[in-house]
Amino acid sequence: MKKVIIVVFTIVTAIMFMMLSGCGKDKVVLNVYNWAEYIDKSLITKFEKETGIKVNYELYETNEHMMAKLEAGGTNYDLIFPSDYLIEEMIKKDMLQKIDFDNIPNFKYIDDRFKNLDYDPNNEYTVPYFWGTLGILYNTEMVKEPVTSWDILWDEKYAGKILMLDSMRDTIGVALKRLGYSVNSTDPKEIEEAKKSLIEQKKLVNGYYVDEIVDMMINGDAALALDWSGPAMDIYWQGVEYIKYAVPEEGSNLWFDCMVIPKTSRNKKEAEMFINFLLDPENAYQNSEFVGYTSPNKVALEMMKAENPEVFDMPAYMPSEEILSRCEVFKDLGSAKELYNQAWMEITAQ
Amino acid sequence: MKNRAKLLAYPYIVWMAIFIVIPLLLVFFYSITSGNIYEPSSLSFTLEHYSKFFDMLYLNVIWKSFRLAIISTVLCLVLGYPVAYIISKSKQKHRSLLLLFFLLPIWMNFLLRTYAWMAILSPNGFLNKALEFFGLPPIEIMPGQTAVVLGMIYNFLPFMVLPIYTVLSKIDKNVLEAAADLGANSFITFIKIILPLSVPGIVTGITMVFMPAVSTFVISRLLGGGKELLIGNLIEQQFTIYRDWHFGSALSIILMIMILVSMAIMSKVDNNNNDDEGRTAMW
Repeated sequence: MKKVIIVVFTIVTAIMFMMLSGCGKDKVVLNVYNWAEYIDKSLITKFEKETGIKVNYELYETNEHMMAKLEAGGTNYDLIFPSDYLIEEMIKKDMLQKIDFDNIPNFKYIDDRFKNLDYDPNNEYTVPYFWGTLGILYNTEMVKEPVTSWDILWDEKYAGKILMLDSMRDTIGVALKRLGYSVNSTDPKEIEEAKKSLIEQKKLVNGYYVDEIVDMMINGDAALALDWSGPAMDIYWQGVEYIKYAVPEEGSNLWFDCMVIPKTSRNKKEAEMFINFLLDPENAYQNSEFVGYTSPNKVALEMMKAENPEVFDMPAYMPSEEILSRCEVFKDLGSAKELYNQAWMEITAQ
Repeated sequence: MKNRAKLLAYPYIVWMAIFIVIPLLLVFFYSITSGNIYEPSSLSFTLEHYSKFFDMLYLNVIWKSFRLAIISTVLCLVLGYPVAYIISKSKQKHRSLLLLFFLLPIWMNFLLRTYAWMAILSPNGFLNKALEFFGLPPIEIMPGQTAVVLGMIYNFLPFMVLPIYTVLSKIDKNVLEAAADLGANSFITFIKIILPLSVPGIVTGITMVFMPAVSTFVISRLLGGGKELLIGNLIEQQFTIYRDWHFGSALSIILMIMILVSMAIMSKVDNNNNDDEGRTAMW
C-alpha cells in the first residue's frame, strides 16, 4: 500500500512539473506587453476573431518597470510600447528587431511628421502608437487662478492638495523645466538643484501616484496633479467638467509611445499583423476615443474631427504649435542616468 | 518502514531545494558581486553593496520600517489578545461563527482591501464624508504614517488572533479549576496561569505580524502615497526602477538578517518562559 502511495505521489509531482512547462503549443500566442489602460480591449477580441491568433496581454505601469522586466531576461514578448527615450536606449543596446514594413501596409496612414524622429532616425524599428504632452490637471473649483506655470505645483496655498507622478523622468523633468533647464540635462549641478526643489516640494505633495491620479482628482482629493494628456482626455470623456488640463508656459515634455518588436520575439510576423491591425483607421479611431490619447493616424484624426470637433480646441488632445514649440522630447541619458537615479532615491527616501 | 517515510519526504526536499535554497543562494550571490550576470567574465566579487547601505539615507528608511512595524505589532497584540480571549471563552457553537467573521475579510484579495482603505481614508473619502455629515471636522491621515500603520493593523490582525486563540482554546479546563480550588480569583488565574500558557501563541502572533509588516511595500505605497518609503519599497525600487539587482539583493539579505535576529530574540523569550508546554500550537 505504502509503495503504491509513493509511486502515485511521484507521478503526480512529475506531472505537475510538466504542466508548468509547455501547454497548448498548437495555437500561435502573441505576447503583448503594454501600459495599463492603454488599449480598447474589445480590439484584442476583434483581432483574435479575425486571425485566430491568441493574444496574451500583460500590463506595466511605467517605462522603467517594463525595461527592468525585459532586461531581467526570460521574457518572450512580441510587442511592447515604450516611449522615445527608452526606444533610443533599446536600439543602442540592440534589444529591438527591424520591422518589415512590407507587412504593414497601413503605415501609410501615419502622419509624416511622426516618422523618422530622433529616437529612430531612419524609422526602422518603430511605429508610433500615441503621442501627447505632460501637463497639469487642475480642479477649477479649487484653483481659481489660471494655470500658466509649473510654479503652481510649488505653491504653499495648495499644500496637501498636490499630486505628483511616481515616475522618475517625468517628475524630475518638470523640476528641471521649472528652473529653466532642459528636461534632458546631464549637468550634475542642475540635477542637484532640481532634486533640492523636489525635496522642498515634498511637504506640499499629497502623494506620488500613477494610475490612481484620475480617480483622486475626480473625487476632489487633490486640486492639482502632474499627469499626461491622456488622463485629461479620459476625464473629459467621462463627462467631468471641473477638471481641466494645461501645459505651462515654461514648456514641457512632448512624448511619443511606439510599437516595437523586441529581439526575444518568436512571432514577428504575427506582431506585424497586430500592428497593421491597430493602424487600420477604424480601429485606430476607436482606440484613440477609448484610451483618450491622440493618434498619429491621419485618417483616424479626420474621423475624430468629424465626430468630436471640440476636442481639437483642447490642449490635452491637440496642443497648439505654440505649446509644442516649447516642449522637448526626452532623450536617453546614457551614463547620466545614475545622477537621476541617485536624485530620485533621495527624493523618495526623505 | 522508516526508509519508506524518508522516501516520501524526497519530493519536499527537491521542492525546497528548487524554490527556497537555490533562490536564496542566488540572492546572496547577487549581493556580493557586481557586473552583468549573463557575462560571467564581467562579474567580480565586492562588498560595496553592503557598505553602500550604511548611509543615513538608507539607515533612516530601515529605522522607519522597524518603528512602524513594531508599533503595528504592539497594537495588533493589544487589540488581538482580548479578541482571541473572548472567542475562546464563548460558547462552542458560537466560536466557529465568530472566527469565521474574523477570517472572512482575508478571503478577499489583500490589494483590494488596501485600495478600499484608500477610498475610506482619502481627504474626500467615506470617513470624512461621514464626519462632515455629523458636523465634525475632517481628519487627514492619508497619505501618512498613521494610515500606513492602520493598513498594517487591519491586514495583519488575523495573524495575531489565530495563534493566540488556538493556544487559549487548548488550555486544560482542569488547570483553571484547580487554580480556583486553590483560591485564586479570576485576575490571579489570568496573570499566573492563562497568560504564561499563552506565551507560545503570542510569540507566534508577533512573528507572523512583524515579518510581513516590516517588509511590506504595497501598504506603504498606497496608504503612504509614495512618500513613506519603507525598506520593502527600497528593495522593490532597485528591481523595478534602478535595475540594480546587486544592491537590491544586498538590501534583501540585510533585511533577512535583521528579521532572523529579532526572531531569535523572540524565541529565546519563548524558551525561557516555556520549557515544554504547548510548543506546537498552530504553526
